[in-house]
Parts: sequence; C-alpha cells; structure tokens
Amino acid sequence: MATIDPTRPLIATGNLRRRRVLDRVARGGAMAAAVLAVAVLLVVIATVLIKGSSQISFDFLTENPQKIDGTVGGGIANAIIGSALLIAVATAMALPIGVMIAVFLTEFSGAGRLARPIRLALDLLNGMPTIVIGLFVFGLLEEGGVQTGFAGSFALAIIMVPLISRTTGEMLQLVPRELRDASHALGVSRWRTTIGIVLPAALGGILTGTVLAIARAAGETAPLLLTCSLFNSNATTINVFGAAVPNIPMLIFTDYDSPYPIDHARAWGAALVLMAFILVGNLTARATLARQRRMIPR
Amino acid sequence: MESSRPETDVSDTPLMAPLVIGEQDPVSLETREVVFDLHDINVYYGAALALEDVTMKIHKNVITAMIGPSGCGKSTFIRSLNRMNDSISGFRLTGQALYHGNDLYATGVDPVEVRRRIGMVFQKPNPFPKSIYHNVAWAPRILGMRDGLDERVEKALRGAALWDEVKDRLDRSALGLSGGQQQRLCIARSIAIEPDVLLLDEPCSALDPIATASVEDLMHSLKRDYTLVIVTHNMQQAARVAERTAFFSLNVYDGQRTGVLVEYDDTTTIFTRPTDKRTEDYVTGRFG
Repeated sequence: MATIDPTRPLIATGNLRRRRVLDRVARGGAMAAAVLAVAVLLVVIATVLIKGSSQISFDFLTENPQKIDGTVGGGIANAIIGSALLIAVATAMALPIGVMIAVFLTEFSGAGRLARPIRLALDLLNGMPTIVIGLFVFGLLEEGGVQTGFAGSFALAIIMVPLISRTTGEMLQLVPRELRDASHALGVSRWRTTIGIVLPAALGGILTGTVLAIARAAGETAPLLLTCSLFNSNATTINVFGAAVPNIPMLIFTDYDSPYPIDHARAWGAALVLMAFILVGNLTARATLARQRRMIPR
Repeated sequence: MESSRPETDVSDTPLMAPLVIGEQDPVSLETREVVFDLHDINVYYGAALALEDVTMKIHKNVITAMIGPSGCGKSTFIRSLNRMNDSISGFRLTGQALYHGNDLYATGVDPVEVRRRIGMVFQKPNPFPKSIYHNVAWAPRILGMRDGLDERVEKALRGAALWDEVKDRLDRSALGLSGGQQQRLCIARSIAIEPDVLLLDEPCSALDPIATASVEDLMHSLKRDYTLVIVTHNMQQAARVAERTAFFSLNVYDGQRTGVLVEYDDTTTIFTRPTDKRTEDYVTGRFG
C-alpha cells in the first residue's frame, strides 16, 4: 500500500525539494572547482602569451643576448641550444635505464617480490623535491670543482627515470601475452623475446613516454640552480662536459632579477618559448599515447 | 567411412550426427618409437591439484588427440609437455615426464632447449606484428640457422599449405591475413625451426569451418615428419584427425576439481567400443 497518493502530480515537494536544492548546490560547487582549475591554467598561459609575444621574432630565437648594461637587442639562442644539449644528454642517460628497469619489472618474474619495493622507490624518487636532487648532484659531482652541463643533465636524468620507467612499464604490459607465448614456443630465450618482439611492439609508447619526460625536464629549474647556473650569458657554450651551459630556466631566473626592463622582457619571451615547447610536447604526447593504448591488439 | 555399430546399447541417447572416423588404420604401436613416456604426472597450481596421476605414452609420427569437457586439464597437460607452464606462478609437476628418455623436468634442463624441439601452436592465431616473411624467418635466424633462410621460409610455408597464397606478398604484414591463414602461418613459423614435436592447443576453435578443414588436412600431411599432439573440444575433429585419443575428465573432491585421464586408446575404440562408462557417456553426448 503506497504511503503517498500515487495520483498526485509528479513534482518534488518537502524533503525531496530540499535534497534537490542541495544536489544542485553540490554540483555547482564541483563544477566551479573544475572551472577554477582550468581558469588558472588559462590565466597563466594568457599572461605569458601577452607579456612574451612581443619579444618573439626570428632574431630572438637565433641570436645570443647582448647583456651589456641594458643594451637593446639580442635573443636567447644560446639558452635554447644549451637547454637542448642538457636535455639530450639527460635523455641519453635516462632512456636506457628507465627502459631496462621497466623490462626488469614486467618481463622477468625474478622481479616478483622485488617489484613492489622497486615501484615504491620509483614513486618516491618521482616525488623528491628537485632542489634536493640538485643539491645531491652538486655534492656528488661538483663540490669543490667547476659546474658542468653534465651535472645538470645528470640531475635531470634522475628526474626523468621514474617517468620513463612508468610509461614504458605500462606499454610493455599492454603487449599481449600471446606474442610472448608464441616466441617462447619457438625456443627463443626470454631476453631475445623482449628485444625482438616485446620492445618493438611497445616502441611507439616508449618514445611518447620519453617525450612526456622531456617536457617535464625542460622546465625544471631547481636542479639546474646549483649545478648549471654560472655561465657566460652572452656566448654559446656547447661543451656540456666541461662547463656550465646556458639554459632557459636559469636565463629567466637571472634576467628577471636584473634591474633592466629589457632583461625582464627577454625573460617573458623565454618563458613563452619554454611554455610553448612544454605545452605542445605534452599535448601531442598524450594524444599519441591515448591512440597507441587503443591500438594495441587485445 | 561410417563408424561400426557400437556393441553397447545407446538406444536411449539423444540423437547425434553419425561420427565419421578418419581412414587411418589402427596404429601398430609395437614398432613405433615412444616420444613421450609419462608416469604418474600430477600438476599443482599452488595447493590445488589440477591433474592427477596421468600415465601414458605418445608415439612418433602419430596424431594423438586429447578430448574432454572444459576445465579438465587438457591444456594444462599439453603445456606441461614443453615447459610452457613454467611462467605460471605456483605451477608444480611431480612424476616422471620422459621425452626420448630424457626427464623434461630434471634440474639442469634448459626449458628453452625443450621448446626448441617441442613447438606449440595456440588457440588464437598469434602472428608477430612483422611481415609474413619475418614471422617465419625470425626464430630460425635467432637460433643460428642463417644459411638458406629464403629456402627455409619457402619450405615452411609450403609445408603449412600457405605458400601459394602468400608468395607474392611476403613482405606485407602478417596481421592482414585471414584467421585461417594466420593460423597456418603460425604452423609454418613452428615448423620452420624443424622441431621434433608439434603441440596444438585447440588450433581450430577460433577458425571458421573452411579454415578448420584446411588446417585438418594440413595435420594429415604434417604427421609424416612430426609428432602431433592436439587438444580439441570438438569430438568430431578428434575422430577425423587423430589415430590415438585420450579422454580426460573431471573428478570432484570436496569441491576441488581435478583432471584425470580416463581412457587412452585407438580413436576407433574410444568412439565405438569405449571401456569406461564415463568415456561412453561423453562421446555419445550424454554429458560435457
């Protein structure tokens, strides 16, 4: 027997009405929070765009700064080259190590009990404050000596390894088990199966994950602060192993510190270049990764 | 060729299509070399007993089929023959599994070498994401058979009755082939390394009837050079293809299901004059 009259009109009353209002408030609040998060991102992007776009020109990207007491002119070419070099060396170190860790964790059941502590260690490393990493590398490689780009790359590599290892592991696990079975059934050993079948199948995803890691490393300032910050800002240095190389994050840092407005403007321009690179890298890598995840046959 | 009239009374069984037994003569086993000699094989996954006390011999150049209801350990059994179960955690095998007199599970045995000689074709065709040529050529090259690779690939593809269909597109991706062609490619891939034994785990269950027929024809010609062991859900397929058939079933002990080998004999005998009632019930369709 129904406790309310079933023939009454189907509108909310009393307690239900109150709950509906609450429901709307909660939904509105959640949406507002999401909008706020997106708004913050958009505000940052907009600010950098507005303040930096006036600086962007072909000369800006291809000439070195001319920092002689606020002289107008020059660009950030040496910083772009330097950053590229630092990232290249860091990737050369982080990619093989990250891939090998992932291979060890997913392909070799000897990992077994070691897998969880190793994954935990990688997660902790990922969350380690980058200034601490910079300090560690400074103490390890540079204390009492000269700053080198290599040390900066080393610090960046430490930051990149957990990222590369995680994406690679994910991509390796997506490779269907039956491919490995087929190879084993042909009398091919584990290692050869990994190198000849599993890694090539996961290659696209591995590279995309590397691009994501590069996008992160490109913007890290703290590790470079201690390891690669004392350089000649007006010249191009390519001796990564012997000296500190100019790089974009440090350039932004020092330029904004300077009393000359022309240097501030240059900093904004450099910030725009950096942000554009990271945004483009992130967006394309994530889109490609999503597509690759869908394409792997299951 | 019709099956001979069964001596047991099956007049109260549900209607079934007549079983067509293949035209093989019953195998005279005394002269055949024994390839697998298995004694009291027990397989455990952790604490659970999956297969109990399997004892049988498998002979050279004979097609041996394993039939039985789902979950009775046929796949577990066949995968134990070439150490493919090693990667499953908790797997343990007791008893003696002799392959040409050598214990497969002795310490010091290299499972990679075991699989070099005992190949396997899986239920779902699993070609590598490479070209047709490289699918067949990859393993031989790795195993050191680099001379005459082209001839080896052609011979394998001919042996798998696939050469004529793919000879003009060897460098196209193997994933573009049809299901039946992919499965024959997997067979070609396996025979390219010249194994001794070929294990086939339900090779046709993912294929349409025409592709199935072509793979079954293939098996008849393959048995000249290889020993074949096939697991099949399809009784008629066992009847068409195999000379010897092993019937597996399930025993239930306190809720735990364990596979057992019920009967193992010539195919004709299994399907027309089975000794065990469980076999008779299964092949006449009363259960399973």
